[in-house]
Formats: sequence, structure tokens, C-alpha cells
Amino acid sequence: MYQYDSHDQAMVDARVAEFRDQVRRRLDGSLAEEQFRPLRLMNGLYLQLHAYMLRVAVPYGTLSSAQMTMLGDIADKYDRGYGHFTTRQNIQYNWIKLEEAPDILADLAKVEMHAIQTSGNCIRNTTSDQYAGAIADEVVDPRPYAELIRQWSTFHPEFSFLPRKFKMAVIASETDRAAMRLHDIGIQILRNDKGQLGAAFYVGGGMGRTPMIAPCINPFVPIDQMITYSEACLRVYNRYGRRDNKYKARIKILVHELGKDEYTRQVEAEFAHLLTQGIEPPLAELERIKAQFTDPAFATGLSDAVDRSDPDFAVWLDNNVQVHKQPGYAIVTISLKPVGGIPGDASGDQMRLMAQLARAYSFDELRVTHAQNIVLPHVRKADLYTVWQQLEEAGLGTPNLDKIGDIIACPGLDYCSLANARSIPVAQKISERFAGREQEIGELKLKISGCINACGHHHAGHIGILGVDRKGVENYQLLLGGSEGADTSLGTITGPGFNEEGIVDAVEKATSVYLANRHAGERFLDTYRRIGMAPFKDAIYAKDAV
Amino acid sequence: MKILTGNDLKTGAVTWWTGEGWSLHVAEAVDVGDQGDAIAARENAARRVVSPYVIDGETAADGPRPAHIKERIRALGPTVRLDLSLKPADPAAGNWVI
Amino acid sequence: MVETQLRFRDDEPAGDPAVTVDSFGEQTNAAAVRIEPGDDARVLLPHLDRITLVEVNFPVFGDGRGYSAARILREAGYAGELRAVGDVLIDQLAFLRRCGFDSFAPDQPLNAADAEAALARYPEVYSPTVDGRAPIWAKRHGLA
Repeated sequence: MYQYDSHDQAMVDARVAEFRDQVRRRLDGSLAEEQFRPLRLMNGLYLQLHAYMLRVAVPYGTLSSAQMTMLGDIADKYDRGYGHFTTRQNIQYNWIKLEEAPDILADLAKVEMHAIQTSGNCIRNTTSDQYAGAIADEVVDPRPYAELIRQWSTFHPEFSFLPRKFKMAVIASETDRAAMRLHDIGIQILRNDKGQLGAAFYVGGGMGRTPMIAPCINPFVPIDQMITYSEACLRVYNRYGRRDNKYKARIKILVHELGKDEYTRQVEAEFAHLLTQGIEPPLAELERIKAQFTDPAFATGLSDAVDRSDPDFAVWLDNNVQVHKQPGYAIVTISLKPVGGIPGDASGDQMRLMAQLARAYSFDELRVTHAQNIVLPHVRKADLYTVWQQLEEAGLGTPNLDKIGDIIACPGLDYCSLANARSIPVAQKISERFAGREQEIGELKLKISGCINACGHHHAGHIGILGVDRKGVENYQLLLGGSEGADTSLGTITGPGFNEEGIVDAVEKATSVYLANRHAGERFLDTYRRIGMAPFKDAIYAKDAV
Repeated sequence: MKILTGNDLKTGAVTWWTGEGWSLHVAEAVDVGDQGDAIAARENAARRVVSPYVIDGETAADGPRPAHIKERIRALGPTVRLDLSLKPADPAAGNWVI
Repeated sequence: MVETQLRFRDDEPAGDPAVTVDSFGEQTNAAAVRIEPGDDARVLLPHLDRITLVEVNFPVFGDGRGYSAARILREAGYAGELRAVGDVLIDQLAFLRRCGFDSFAPDQPLNAADAEAALARYPEVYSPTVDGRAPIWAKRHGLA
């Protein structure tokens, strides 16, 4: 994986010094809160419902064991013993003291990490496929391209005060595991029919109050022009994105209001101009980065056989282990969704254990997924049983990847000052209600947001839940039929909302309709798409139904 | 009644105006009447609080209670981690916010 | 008129008052122009040879359109004074400099020591702009 050179380290160290100085000026009164706020936000420091919250960037979701160990140590040293992995592959700490924030950044810098641009109206952490470098279906490893974007976007002088936040994702497979088309810019690295590498640009996707699936504005930008094209997309947005209404300020609204063709025309004109400005890093830089993402030293000639005689292990194997590109190896997903637990939370001890497993069994590497789980990307099949036993012991062996208990949930009103309703208690009740029935129901992606900002991706859930505030009382709307990935679609609201107990019942009724109607091999989403909303609505709102 | 709340500048802790200073406990808050904005401006300028604002409160048995659920959760702590709330020993503390 | 607090040029400051972009088009002898966030800097490009001062107004620091306006002018070869005016704060100075601004007239005077520290903070830059600083990738590959 990528390692900083002295240049990268100097930039992060300078940021620590800068933030320390900004905190000093805030505490001595030279900076008012209104002036400090955007500065702390650009360093991922929020004032949340109960305290300051720090969001730390995990670029394209990749972590070394030393980095994961540091995340666990920070949880214990500066926070209350845990952290929360987010839908943007980052980690958040909920109980941070302002005066200690510079020390945390200094500790992070020791392991080549930072909180740069994890909030604010700037280019945020670039996300990617959590199976990058391990899955057989990728054209190339997408992470070098994401790293190139990370460097270009870091402290970009023109794009630090955009109309609104800006999120980019890079994938390199036909199968989209990063919700690429629900980003401000989604990039798919691919080859054209001449075998040349390029980048397909999808611009103007997003969730929030106006969910949109990004249209493709250019199916093939030559790979040595990707940064310049990105700069053109951003410049048009910075100049013409709406600034009169923060709810209409995302690039999706600009692309929608101008129309895809007119936006594309303006980008192409800007691109033609920027090509003369020499802003594209040379291919040698991409090669330098790529050289740090080469395959680890996989052993060859390993057996693919796995002893399935322990039935609990076999269930976990079938749920949480994916096929690796290298014979004899497997991709392991560690579920951070124990039954009745808080989705995405991990204790300091759990983080250190996962780091230790990565060191011993996964070539020192971990990934954070946008579904708030952790991946050990390169595990020998012969080690799977040992890994599983250690995970089980630490409460990390839940076999529910992509099942109804593998719920994405935002922090909701328990932690977030923007939320209108709690998300976590709903997730806990649903996972408890369906415990033991997950395998029977099969793949079902359930996603919960506590407000319309949609951090919990409710629009993209096979079942989505949106918490709203109805005259001071928490109320939950149900959506069906959303999906992220190659078959991206947005969910449809079933009808009137429910209270907390009612929404769990409504989910139960929806799954009953599915089970009663499914054809062999159909997932919940497939059945919904085939039979439509009506039968679900009938069951959910039937007066005499139980 | 009107109560004044904010966060401690250095620690970020949720605080409530008691008439003399800032408390972690909403039960110690006082009715600020129409003085909330003036107190907030003064305390903000002195950096004894960050982002203060006035909310609606109601009188409960043990003192003032915020009128809206969001402020009640702010006053208590996360209902899903009562061990980290201001009432770690009370398993039913979460009912107070509803 | 707000005083220019920081200036990184050796020539004499222009004496003319800056006119709006709209009236600039009508006054063929105007040499100083003021760009508001909603103005299109590109309308000035045919007239760069007669402009000695462009003021770019930041009514609120969070409105970043002026950064693009500045780069567009510099990328087109504008060599006159480019002055940031309005809600110009310490922590925006380095970004503004990188986009081509070479003088600053903030509404509220800046602490001189803090301003100097902010401008000297970053030893290196990742993205090339018109300011001539070699990006890190150029140093890595012997292109600087």
C-alpha cells in the first residue's frame, strides 16, 4: 500500500502545526467561532450533539495494521474507548476535547494519517472498492488513481470554498461496490477497445434530499488527462454551482438544472483550456504510486480446500468470505453488526485485534467498507478457521454480510446534531427481530438514515428507512427497491410513516410478502422489481394484518 | 420557560446556564426569560461557552426539562450507550427522553 | 476605500478607482475593475492589456468563486495587480496567493505575525497553479 515520502509527510506535519495554531487562536480569542468553524471543519472537527467529534480520513478505505492499531489507541487515549466507522470509509470519534485535537492529529501523522478535508465545502476523502487488489473482476487496482486524486485534491487552492461538499469515488470493476454513481464525481477506470486505460466520468450523483444517479458525461478520458478533467469539472461547479440555497448547492443540482449536455459542453471547453496549463502529473508519477500497490508476496500452489466440519464456521464462510483472485486465498469481511449492536462501532480492543489479525494473516492490510464493516483482503484459506475463531472470541464473528442484520445506519439523533430521529435503536431492534432468520431471507440490504441528509444511504437500500420529526415525535418512513452498485436505483416511499415499533413490524410484513412471492434464486430486490410496490403496500397498511 | 444551553469551549461538553455559571445538568438550569440572548452574547464573548442558544423548556419534578427530544438526548447522552450518559446507573434513563 | 494591508509587488499601486465589470465595458479608458462573485472574469480577457488593477471582492469568505476568477485571469496572462478585498481572513491567504492574488485589502486588519506565519506554513504544494511553485510531483521526477 501507499507509503508517504518526505514530501507527503511534510504536508501532513505542516497541517498539524497549522491546526495547533488555529486552536491556539480560537482559545485565546483571536478567532471567533464563526471564523474557526470552517477551519475546524476542514480538519474534520465538528461540534456534535454531545461534544466535539473528529472524523479521520481513511483514504480509499485502506489501512495498515499500524494505522488500525493507532486508531484503537486513540479511542482509548483521547475518546471513550471506541470509534465509529462511517459510510465514507472513515472513522469518527464522538468525545473529543478541542484542546487535545492537535495532539490527536500529531499521533495520526506518526502513522501517515490525517483528518484533512473530512468535512467542509471542499473535496472530501476519495472512496474506492473495498476489494481493490484482491478481487478478480477488476481491470486494474483502482487505488493508485484514488491516491493521485488524494494528492491533487489536498489543499487545492481553488476548490477549498466550493458551494458545498464534494465527494469522489473511484472503481475499476463492472461490479460497483462503492456506490460510485451516487457521488459528486464517480470514476470508473476501464480499457477501451484498443486496450488503453481511461476514466469514465459520472458527474452529479448523490443522496440527500434530492437523490440523483450520476449520468456519464464522458465515457473515456485518457488516463493521463484524468486530473485535468477533474479540475475542469470542479471549476465549472465552483463558478456556477448555486450558492443562494445550501439545499440546492450540490453539483447534482447544477448538472440537473443545466442539463447533462450543457454541463458537459462547459466542462469540455474548460478542459480544452486547462490542457494548456500543465496541471496533469506525468505518467511517471502514476507509475511511482502504482509500484506501491503491487500484489503482496502470495504463496503459490496452495490448496483451495477448507474444512467445513464446524457448522458455525461453515455459515460464516458462506456469508463473509469472498473469492480471491489468487488461488489458495480468500477475502474476509469482518462484520461490525453484531445482533443488537451499534452498526459500525468498534472498541479500541477490537481495533487492535483486527490489526493483529491483519499483521498475522493478511499481509498487514485492512479495508473499511462503505457498509461499515472491515475487510481482511488477503487471507490464506488454510488460516480461515483460526481467523474466525479469534473473531468469534472478540464478538466480531457475526455471519451476516449483506443480510438483513448487516444494516447501514447513520449515528442518528443519539449523536448527530442534524438528525431528526434516532437510527441506531431501530437498527438494533430489527437485527434482534430477525436474528436466526437471516439465512432464510438471504441478501437484503437495509439502510437507515436519521434525517434527509441520507448519511445512512436509505435511498439505496433494498429496504430503506428514513427518520423524520413529526411534531417533536420520532417517525419513520419506509422505502423499498433502492440499490447501489451496477443496478443503481432509488427507493420508493411506501406511504405514511410509523413509530419505532411500527417500523419494525412494517419491515417484517415486507419480508413476509417477499418470502411468500419469491421465485427460486430471487433476492428481496428481485422480487420487489418483478411484482412491484402494490402487494407490499397492501400487506404493510392492511388494517387487519398482523 | 426558556433555558440557555451551549457547549464548553475546551471540552465540548453540553452545558446549561444556571444563573451564575454553566452546569452539565439540565436540572440546574434556570428560566432566562427574555435575557437569554444577552447572557449568551456575554458568555460567548468571554469564551466560557461556544455556540450558545435558547430553547424551550418545561418544568418537571426534578427541575427544568427541554421541550424537544433532541435537547433531551443532548442533556442525557446517547440513549444507546447509557453507560456514557449522565445516568450510567439507571437502565431506564432512556425513557426520560421520550 | 479599504486600505491595502499586504502587497507583493514592486510597482506603484494603481491610482484609479475600480469600476464594475458592467461599466468597464462602456468606459474604454478604465484601467481598474472590480469583480463581484457572480461576474464572469472571462469578459475581461480581451482587454487585459489595458488593465493594471483587478479587485476581486469576497463579500463572505466562504464564497469561493473569486479563486476561480483569479486563476482564469492569470492563466490568460494577466500580469497586473490582483487584489483580494472584503472578508479576507488569515487562513485564506495562502490559497489566495496560490490562485494569483498579489495584494490584500481585508475589511478587518489582519494580525501581521499570524498572516506571515500562514503564508509561510506549507513548504510544498501538491497542485500546480499559475503561482510558479513546483508541485511535489515535479520535484519527485526531476521536473522542477
